[in-house]
Amino acid sequence: MAIVPKIDVGDNYKEKYGFFDPEKYVFKAKRGLNEEVVKEISWMKNEPAWMTSFRLRALKVFFKKEMPTWGADLSKIDFDNIYYYLKSTEKQGKTWEDVPADIKRTFDRLGVPEAEKKFLAGVAAQYESEVVYHSLHKELESRGVIFLDTDTALREHPDLFKEYFGTVIPPADNKMSALNSAVWSGGSFIYVPKGVKVEIPLQAYFRINAENMGQFERTLIICDEGSFVHYIEGCTAPIYTTDSLHSAVVEIIVKRGARCRYTTVQNWSTNVFNLVTKRAMAYGDATMEWVDGNLGSQITMKYPSIYLMEPGAKGDVLSVAFAGKGQHQDAGGKAVHVAPNTSSNIVSKSISKAGGRTSYRGLIKVYPGARNSRSFVRCDALLLDENSRSDTYPTTEVDEEQVKIGHEATVSKVSDEQLFYLQSRGITRAEAETMIVNGFIEPFTKELPIEYAVELNRLIQLEMIGSVG
Amino acid sequence: MADFQIEDLRVSVEGREILKGISLGIDKGEVHAVMGPNGSGKSTLSHTLMGHPNYKVLGGRVLFKDRNLLEMPTEQRARLGVFLALQYPVVVPGITMSNFLRTALNAKRGYDGKDKSKAIAPKEFRALLKSEMGVLHMDDSFLSRYVNEGFSGGEKKRAEILQMAVLKPEIAILDETDSGLDIDSIKFVSEGVNRMRGPELGILLITHYTRILEFVRPDFVHVLVDGQFVLSGGPEVAAALEKTGYAEWVKEPQAAAQEA
Repeated sequence: MAIVPKIDVGDNYKEKYGFFDPEKYVFKAKRGLNEEVVKEISWMKNEPAWMTSFRLRALKVFFKKEMPTWGADLSKIDFDNIYYYLKSTEKQGKTWEDVPADIKRTFDRLGVPEAEKKFLAGVAAQYESEVVYHSLHKELESRGVIFLDTDTALREHPDLFKEYFGTVIPPADNKMSALNSAVWSGGSFIYVPKGVKVEIPLQAYFRINAENMGQFERTLIICDEGSFVHYIEGCTAPIYTTDSLHSAVVEIIVKRGARCRYTTVQNWSTNVFNLVTKRAMAYGDATMEWVDGNLGSQITMKYPSIYLMEPGAKGDVLSVAFAGKGQHQDAGGKAVHVAPNTSSNIVSKSISKAGGRTSYRGLIKVYPGARNSRSFVRCDALLLDENSRSDTYPTTEVDEEQVKIGHEATVSKVSDEQLFYLQSRGITRAEAETMIVNGFIEPFTKELPIEYAVELNRLIQLEMIGSVG
Repeated sequence: MADFQIEDLRVSVEGREILKGISLGIDKGEVHAVMGPNGSGKSTLSHTLMGHPNYKVLGGRVLFKDRNLLEMPTEQRARLGVFLALQYPVVVPGITMSNFLRTALNAKRGYDGKDKSKAIAPKEFRALLKSEMGVLHMDDSFLSRYVNEGFSGGEKKRAEILQMAVLKPEIAILDETDSGLDIDSIKFVSEGVNRMRGPELGILLITHYTRILEFVRPDFVHVLVDGQFVLSGGPEVAAALEKTGYAEWVKEPQAAAQEA
């Protein structure tokens, strides 16, 4: 079966994704964060001077900014106990044979090469701080599509890179984006030329292996006019008793008439803090779609955003959050209407069980003059037991009168009547609960490529059956 | 003793005794109609037989295949061959009818996700659905719709009978399957039921009205009032009820009220 959509499935997670390799590296920065570490990372990567100073400026911002006082409890993060850069291999493979055997074995176990053969047009595999494998269909390459790891893109396409890098999410946007800007490594760089439609998805797989690791990938996607790309990312890590940190920045520019879909299924182990800033700018008649699944991690704070910059721009955020024991998924979406005749649609589905907590946090902002803008937000929460929790924190700021804004929120429990109905057809209680949960997130699942959807349903089944005493 | 034997069943709901000692034997091949006015305990009977958690058994037994059903969880009753067509079928969003039917059928066949040989083959499953849906005048689009979501009253009841046809129970309890249906739907549903009638199936047909009994002819009719059977007999009991209503047994004038 295919890779990715994976949720924390207890013993099952341990067996499937929670394994780890003995730590081997060609370079490992000292624990903790200071100017020296940042300079060292930049020096290791042989970066141009502008990037080194960009990093150092960002570091200052990071030190200056306070931790957010809203959202999930981040007091447990010990920034001094984290390794900010770890390089496991000297070179990046263009074939899997080029990848060191133990790392390749990891991605084999995660099913990445298999999925690549079956249904992907390009694959990036990041292990710790660096991308260790990269591929792209020849045909797309010849049509001018660029799909590289972000470090290579900086070297090979410096002008294109510099034109867009940090323009959507400046370092000072928030404390975590400042951190990422200071120590970023890896991630994907995608450029789709005018009118080119990449019909088969591109995928990146992010793997943390080492303990107390910080992974800070940086992704930049530029969809030129009239183009299309679907990018999928998946993430897993071994289970350690100490904490790891994943803090990515994803910037997307969707030009006139283009469409970009960005699908995430993060299934980090429950010792990972996942604090991610994702934002897209959508221009005239462009469409940006975030399909965002948060299943793993100890704490996730992530609110994919869309800035609707020109008339006709359209943004969708479709997200699912699953919080089990000890997890807090603080997720949502933001839509900022800058221009007239723009529309946004945010649908959030959350499931809490065994004391897990989900929060929807969202923003709809309409600037003066963004007439005839439409926005609709729908949050549905499903609670599987009395100990679990779900909250909604919607913010709406509308400075224009001619708009249509809608918001609906529901909180429900798995009903006795549904369970009885399914059980009266011979289905066990555990299976019935699984069906109800899978049905609840179906609006999300149906947007995934079929291989991922099947895997997601199967994993929820494992999780649900394991949860019934 | 009958194939399906209810013995002195007493049941309470929210602390109030609703069924006050019901006994009834159903042999396979028979159709028993249970008729009664609102509040007589009809739905309590059907839900208790299937094991709904809100219904508390105070006493009695229900024997089927040498087992006391009342001691079994709902899904095992179903797997043993008991089926309940609900008066108000429940919506399950996001789950297609096709997925639901296949999961239920596989559960009954003992498929637990491991031994693939127990699961129904896709081709066989499609053929089964095609023939049964034809009888019920249901088109293929049913299969891709979510369970009972947006179904009309008639569609819901036909979907219940389709589930029954797929699961092939030995004892089927039809709880007010006729309520809220127009005459065409009653005919389709009745055709579906009649097609399954035979020596391998016992039916407990619960209804307020005599109308469906014109299409599904019962062998026995029992009148349930205030949690007890007040009269049992052959089809002639239904004919008599058609004329007199329940007034004879019911003190309050609510008997003629529409079923909700």
